[in-house]
Amino acid sequence: MSRALLIARRELYAYLRSPLGSVIIAGVLLFDGIYFYWQGLTEKLLSAQVLQQFFYGASGATMVASIVLSMRLLAEERQTGTLTLLNTAPIRDRDIVLGKFLSAFGMIALTTVLTVYMPLLIFVNGKVSVGHIVVGYLGLLLLGAATVSIGLFASSLAKSQVVAAIVGVVILVPMLLLWALARATDPPLNTFLAALALHHENQRAFMVGTLELWHVVYYIAVSYFFLLAATKSLEARRWR
Amino acid sequence: MIEIHELHKYYGDRRAIGPVTARIEKGEIVGLLGLNGAGKTTTLRVLACDLLPTSGTVRVDGVDVVEQPEKVKQRIGYLPDVPPLYGEMRVREYLAFAGKLRGMSRADIDRRIAEVAELTETGGVLDDLIASLSHGYRQRVGIAQAILHRPALVVLDEPISGLDPVQIVEMRDLVRSLGGEHTVVVSSHILSEISETCDRILVIRDGQIVASGTEAELSERLLSGMRVDVSLRLGDLERAGIEAVLGGVDGVQEVEEIDPLEPGKGVVSYSVQASKDVRDALCRALVQADVGILQLARSKHELESVFLQLSAPVEGLKRAKRKRRRRVPKPEPAPAQVEEQP
Repeated sequence: MSRALLIARRELYAYLRSPLGSVIIAGVLLFDGIYFYWQGLTEKLLSAQVLQQFFYGASGATMVASIVLSMRLLAEERQTGTLTLLNTAPIRDRDIVLGKFLSAFGMIALTTVLTVYMPLLIFVNGKVSVGHIVVGYLGLLLLGAATVSIGLFASSLAKSQVVAAIVGVVILVPMLLLWALARATDPPLNTFLAALALHHENQRAFMVGTLELWHVVYYIAVSYFFLLAATKSLEARRWR
Repeated sequence: MIEIHELHKYYGDRRAIGPVTARIEKGEIVGLLGLNGAGKTTTLRVLACDLLPTSGTVRVDGVDVVEQPEKVKQRIGYLPDVPPLYGEMRVREYLAFAGKLRGMSRADIDRRIAEVAELTETGGVLDDLIASLSHGYRQRVGIAQAILHRPALVVLDEPISGLDPVQIVEMRDLVRSLGGEHTVVVSSHILSEISETCDRILVIRDGQIVASGTEAELSERLLSGMRVDVSLRLGDLERAGIEAVLGGVDGVQEVEEIDPLEPGKGVVSYSVQASKDVRDALCRALVQADVGILQLARSKHELESVFLQLSAPVEGLKRAKRKRRRRVPKPEPAPAQVEEQP
């Protein structure tokens, strides 16, 4: 675990020293701010609805930021040859993957925390509960963790960052569109598909301030699955 | 120390190396010599646990690379052909990171950074960004990370690649200085590099070790007789006459004109293949024929010939020889002169 934290710290350091980290933070804040003003403040909505709209917009920005942040995690190391340093050091592949995940997730968490002034504006000027805000942010972080895991898995497969981003999107989009497929199918398949959708049903609960164990478990399971897949992909490369 | 037994590595259906069997003793500096694509990097990557073998075993200090890769990695320092450096880090931070990855303590890391910086002469750039370093310094930092944790085995993949002549000499000294304390395996496709740095040479061709030994052992085993390079100044005797003199010496099998070994008007050079050491006889014959001798010495290309014989495909070897040399037919002894003898 300490080696994973060591890798995570180095990666975070790399994000914060390179323009990429700043650009992503600025981009997410800009998008969230505009969306918050456009959807939340220009229409007559209840405070809770404004907060819900904010989380809806922020979830989209979080997914895009997660894919962009994670596409480089392993693909860039492979491109520049630095993955060899990690591969030949006495650390396990799962520690490499965990360290990489923690760094990108740390960036998502930092970016997400920086948006907190918007819900606080609603809290001060309107009527929303702290619980709604906390649950909404928990949903964003869980969605971010799942998307980072998908991006990290894609990065473990690809030799270039662009290909990693494309593979990440190719995995992400069908998982998002499962809710549309659910609408087009009959019970009980529709319930099953809707429950597997990455955003729609699972994220909406957090957006409205409802904390349900199933949705938390869902995001943790998706994150675990793709982190495990990334670890196996890294292991498999040594045999090829 | 390192035992490689029947090692094979396949990329899909393509055999990259194998079967490779070799043994490397503690403290040795061993050169892995081969042309591009011969399997050097794959062999080194397996040694460094960056790749796993398809079959066969590799043991470092008796520990198997497949069964206990983490234990083996503790004992190995690896510099790949492209040094694994993070451009946004400073050299000191990078070395500290590499040390922590290997489980070193903070105090030990500080002590060792000072030691390896002195050994690799990187003390002046410890606080520089890696992205701003020259290629030579990047190689040095790469070696510094490879030896930081005092590994028993240091694996260096083409460490002189891309260095200028001064840096090459410095790098040779550095690699030589690693011997004794560390066992060093260094790969190169440059023969002079290997022969000047290493105690022993393993020649690899088509993924297999085709010869092993010191430079002298390989020369003795694979070269019949001796090749002598002669540089002469044309005087009264023209080329044909000189070639007749050289060819007439007892033991000379073949005389080939080669590119002049030194510049100058009227300078010609020959490579003489003989069945024995004919240097003194050649010298006497040339002096008697009143030919100016500029230099006469055992061929520097002798080991290169060994290398080409061992590592190059046969057609490639023939092409290389044809390009460099023009064969001179060995003169037949004149029958008339024989008849004049009493």
